[in-house]
Amino acid sequence: MNIAVCIKQVPGTSQVEIDPVTGVLKRDGVESKMNPYDLYALETALRFKQEYGATVTAVTMGPPQAKEVIREAFMMGVDNGVILSDRRFGGADVLATSYTISQGLRAAGDFDLIICGKQTTDGDTAQVGAEVAEYLDIPHVTSVCKIHKVTDKSITLDIDTPLSIQTAVVEFPCLITVEKGIFEPRLPSYLLKLATEDREIKVLTLDDMQDKDPSRYGLNGSPTQVKRIFPPENSNTRESWDGTPAELTKKLYNFLNDNKYLQKLR
Amino acid sequence: MPHIAIHQEKASDLQSLTAICPFGAIELADGKLAISAACKMCRLCIKKGGGVFEYVEEENAPAADKSLWRGIAVAAEIEDGNIHPVTFELIGKARELAAKVDYPVYVLMIGHNISDKAKEILEYGADEVFVYDDPAFEHFRIEPYTAAMEDFIERNKPSTVLVGGTSTGRSLAPRAACRFRTGLTADCTKLDISESTDLDQIRPAYGGNIMAHINTPRHRPQFATVRYKIFSIPEKSANPAGKVHICDTASLKLDSKITITSVEPKSLEKGIEDCEVLVVAGRGVKKAEDLDMLRELADLLGGKLASTRALVEAGWIDAKCQIGLSGRTVKPKLIITCGVSGAIQFVAGMNGSEKIIAINSDVYAPIFNVAHIGITGDLYKIIPELISRIKEGK
Repeated sequence: MNIAVCIKQVPGTSQVEIDPVTGVLKRDGVESKMNPYDLYALETALRFKQEYGATVTAVTMGPPQAKEVIREAFMMGVDNGVILSDRRFGGADVLATSYTISQGLRAAGDFDLIICGKQTTDGDTAQVGAEVAEYLDIPHVTSVCKIHKVTDKSITLDIDTPLSIQTAVVEFPCLITVEKGIFEPRLPSYLLKLATEDREIKVLTLDDMQDKDPSRYGLNGSPTQVKRIFPPENSNTRESWDGTPAELTKKLYNFLNDNKYLQKLR
Repeated sequence: MPHIAIHQEKASDLQSLTAICPFGAIELADGKLAISAACKMCRLCIKKGGGVFEYVEEENAPAADKSLWRGIAVAAEIEDGNIHPVTFELIGKARELAAKVDYPVYVLMIGHNISDKAKEILEYGADEVFVYDDPAFEHFRIEPYTAAMEDFIERNKPSTVLVGGTSTGRSLAPRAACRFRTGLTADCTKLDISESTDLDQIRPAYGGNIMAHINTPRHRPQFATVRYKIFSIPEKSANPAGKVHICDTASLKLDSKITITSVEPKSLEKGIEDCEVLVVAGRGVKKAEDLDMLRELADLLGGKLASTRALVEAGWIDAKCQIGLSGRTVKPKLIITCGVSGAIQFVAGMNGSEKIIAINSDVYAPIFNVAHIGITGDLYKIIPELISRIKEGK
């Protein structure tokens, strides 16, 4: 069985702020780490490797320094690493990112199963997995919280929905996104670090893709455009209310109503 | 191709220019500035680069003929045969947007045995409801649901499609948006529409530390997802005028590679850690029976009653409901503490809450140091009146 795991390098902290006067992002350096949700996707794949002898390939898209997350995946036990990196991939939105990843997956191998984390901590959209599956024309299942069994043809799993746990059999090839907590992710191993230090990471650029039309990648291939970014209104100011009980109650009622805490009652 | 052009001749201090990019995308290559794939097109370098960087617009980019796409569509969210209230919230917003550009409001319903629910949708002001009712839609499976949404969009050509940011919506919207090779903006917190019919989408980025204003200027339809309780439910109309269309499903390709073999309902009994709203009773509550009043408030807010350690020790309430270092740690969206002084052991278990409202008659109570809204008053006067106001709805 051939498994691909999509991983991403994200900023090390989400504590970025905008200077309200200059409109400039305040960020100390450009420290980064593996998207924490991807650890669960990697762990799921590595369990399959142990139990069924699967080959696991970690795939990432980003600037050359994103190779670091592939190295980290090697230290956890991943067999192969692929990075999709090209200046022409820059500025991509969900659609262009998904297209790039789907083209990269096609170029990187023939995969039975593609595993993604629930979402990233920077883009935070939880949409790329579904769009990659659409481009690959394979079924996808999100919110996978448990794996029952894997055969040559299919995977049996549990889907966590708001009202129920649904058990489903999904035929290969398919894409799944796994919930945080599906398995406890293992720590990187020092021995594997030494053993994989020289392992090659395959670099794929636009020229390696089946579709080399630059208008489908990066900013060109992105239907959405960021018009501007701005700091949010600070909602967590402290205030204290005084008055008669009747005034206070009215004010509290209005607060609850305005903030939609009473909506279920209609 | 829209891109950032670099005027190397204007650049003097190259090192400091590489530092202005928050994503580290400006690099030095052979003594020249270059922009790497890390570029997020935030365009801060254009503002801060002193003319070295210039944004070059795309010329003659192919664009959709916007006049062919009309209407604001809402994809109804159906959960266990019932309409999820996010649907009504989206219809309310869709009506607002539609009124500005004189568009109709469409609602798409996909499910099994749901046709009778369409009338309920009309009451909230939809102009036309399109129902895809078929056994294939009994459980959410991505291929048949996407096929129905594709058919609906092909036939009705809505300019905008709004989808609830629920677990199914967040799976269906990207799949359908991708099929139409168009843009999708997730988890919008504000929506508006311009005269050009472009949707102005505002969403938080980077964990809510930054807001982004996003457009889909050249593609139709424009997809957006919105989470539950972002918009308000509109008033129901006494005499709804919309139409219901039952759509043909026989011609759709409804097979799926996914088979749902069992559905195990979740026990909806939640612990206090899982609640979005908590009402907390403290020592200011005089006797065990008075907890009923606070429990009633918690129920009305869709939350649960929790307490401080003192009431657990008094045997008034189960230890499962205790917040604090020796109890549970909670992070609800809203927490209302009633007669809680705010000892450090208690505060440690709840100061991660999004909105903290404290009611206490002692103006010096330490709880007021952590509360976002501190109400100095008697809970015995405030809570009963609040409950009756909520029940009366005013």
